[in-house]
Amino acid sequence: MSLLANWYDFRDLGNPVARLIEALQDAGLSGGWIYAISGLLGAIGILSFVGVAAVINIWIERRLIGRIQVRRGPNRVGPFGLLQPVADAIKLIQKEALQPDNADGIMFTLAPIVIFIPAILAFSVLPWGEHMVLADLNVGVLFLLALSSTTTIIIFMAGYASNNKYAILGSMRVIAMLISYELPVVLALLGVVLFAGTMSLTGIVSFQETYWSWLIFFQPLAFLIFLLGSTAELNRTPADIAEAESEIVAGFHIEYSGMKFGLFYAVELVNTVAVSAIIASLFFGGWWTYGLEEFIPGWILFIGKIYSIYFIFIWFRGTLPRFRVDQLMAFAWKVLLPLALINAMMVALEIFIWTEYEISAGIVLPIFAVVNFALAGVLIVGFGRVMSRTMERFPKLPRLVKDIDVPLPEPSTA
Amino acid sequence: MDDLGVVIAFWALAAMTIGAAAMLILVRNLMHAILFLILSFVGVAGLYITLSADFVAVAQVLIYAGAISVLMIFAVMLTPLSERDNSGNFLQLPALVLSGLVIAGVTFVALETEWREAGRGSFDTTAAEIGEALLSPFVLPFEIASVLLVAAMIGAIVIVRDD
Amino acid sequence: MSIVLLAARVDLEHVLIVGAVLFAIGLYVALSKRNAVAVLMGIELMLNAVNLTFIAFARFVESPRPLDGHVFVIFVITVAAAEAAVALALAVAVYRHRETIDVGKISLLRW
Repeated sequence: MSLLANWYDFRDLGNPVARLIEALQDAGLSGGWIYAISGLLGAIGILSFVGVAAVINIWIERRLIGRIQVRRGPNRVGPFGLLQPVADAIKLIQKEALQPDNADGIMFTLAPIVIFIPAILAFSVLPWGEHMVLADLNVGVLFLLALSSTTTIIIFMAGYASNNKYAILGSMRVIAMLISYELPVVLALLGVVLFAGTMSLTGIVSFQETYWSWLIFFQPLAFLIFLLGSTAELNRTPADIAEAESEIVAGFHIEYSGMKFGLFYAVELVNTVAVSAIIASLFFGGWWTYGLEEFIPGWILFIGKIYSIYFIFIWFRGTLPRFRVDQLMAFAWKVLLPLALINAMMVALEIFIWTEYEISAGIVLPIFAVVNFALAGVLIVGFGRVMSRTMERFPKLPRLVKDIDVPLPEPSTA
Repeated sequence: MDDLGVVIAFWALAAMTIGAAAMLILVRNLMHAILFLILSFVGVAGLYITLSADFVAVAQVLIYAGAISVLMIFAVMLTPLSERDNSGNFLQLPALVLSGLVIAGVTFVALETEWREAGRGSFDTTAAEIGEALLSPFVLPFEIASVLLVAAMIGAIVIVRDD
Repeated sequence: MSIVLLAARVDLEHVLIVGAVLFAIGLYVALSKRNAVAVLMGIELMLNAVNLTFIAFARFVESPRPLDGHVFVIFVITVAAAEAAVALALAVAVYRHRETIDVGKISLLRW
């Protein structure tokens, strides 16, 4: 990286901050103050991004889903409906924040506030540029997993405190689903971590820079598993059994109104951005884009990647219907988990070959890429063949939901 | 460990952990008790970080706050007719005395013993070294632990299964 | 003022005392609560206190391989997870037959 690294070099916002800190050191401040100031600067940066994202994404998401569903989406407030999030926020703030009589007051109030903590903390370990990372943890990937597991408890808090049977149903569904999907997600990330040889997100990005290749080319299966698993962990539409409007009304936030509901709504968007950012930095090189970051600031490229992946999530939401609870569980345990295990074993084998025989990376990495892509294709097609029933192209009879699990008769050759 | 920020963080986290643990005794609702227990677990994880044990801290949050507490929530939700008032039994006074003795004894031992303190700084990386230690000198306990986990899982399923 | 000075640094003794207080609270909860889940909560708290002292010894005390303390904590966490799973399964199984998980009322085997 031949960055100029002067204070005016905004390709990496870490540079001006580093100059500022040097100036403060020259001014004779002690280490604690400098630590606090740099942490504060990073926190302001992250919070401003999260705040803007939470507002803008409402518009992006509603507008795109409108396009996908062949309607216009919000287009009345402001140009192209851009002020719709502001109007939504004003409406939500005006509403009365109702609280059910037998609700657990403190937990009921606390849950929508606390749920923001893991969502925002997830941004703190992400590398936005070479020097532009707030907390470069050695165990960054594991830290993100730990954050996602605490979200479970907070959603349960909301559901339990509402004192409503639909809320309890929704939160128990969340717990069951998150626990099921945690395993394939962890194992998929294990493949990535094994391949890169580090758990630090900065380390993973610099691994991709060193070997001049995004990790998705070596870990396509892990990418797919992580994408599908995190869709479930985010409670987004193909897997939003926790708040399924048509089954359990609104799930865990049925009793929330006004801005408390608005917080749940916003945290869902923030979480989606966070997961998109994790995918972007683990599989798509983060700020590094094959030398393009010399010309365009890396953090803008990173934001571009985040929103590209966010588009995939919106696409899922716009096109796929909701799964049943048992289908979703079966998908996690019967499909994703075996695939993730096979992927992790494959990566371990490859890394063993690479380090034990000391083959140069230029020879071995393309082979790994081809092998992993072939493996991913074979496994997905094979699992599809084994697990799914044969499609019936011209069904003779209307079929009810209860008939779906019954083995089908042989297709007649008429 | 003389860095002022770390010292302040340690004492704040210690106060949070012990306060949350004490609320476990005082609250009148089992569900609140579980939430305070989770807060206490997270506080212990923070203490680990101040003691430069980052891998263990994250594992603590992942396993205790993310898995064991969820198990407890499930256990409480699956026993709806049982009392959830978190009340004490007749052993409260002896337990209090015993707890006081434990604090006094351990504090006495901790203050009176001449510990061979190393005076080393914080660890740089722990995850890689822990991984190597798990698979070279501790490989037998590691395998036994995995067998134990499988046994516990099967045992739990067998115990709660409908006949 | 002397207490403030005493707390102005963190040494092994301080961590051990924090661990002892945590252990004592866990012991009290485990001994004095009626609900089986609450008893289990006390046990987990005690295990956490023990882990804290392990980490403190690994951090402060002279040793050729200081990170073995961390490895031990990993094992303790593993065993705690297994123990919690089995204990809570037992509580649910007892509840099926007795409709209570009050440890004082589960006295079938008491003579």
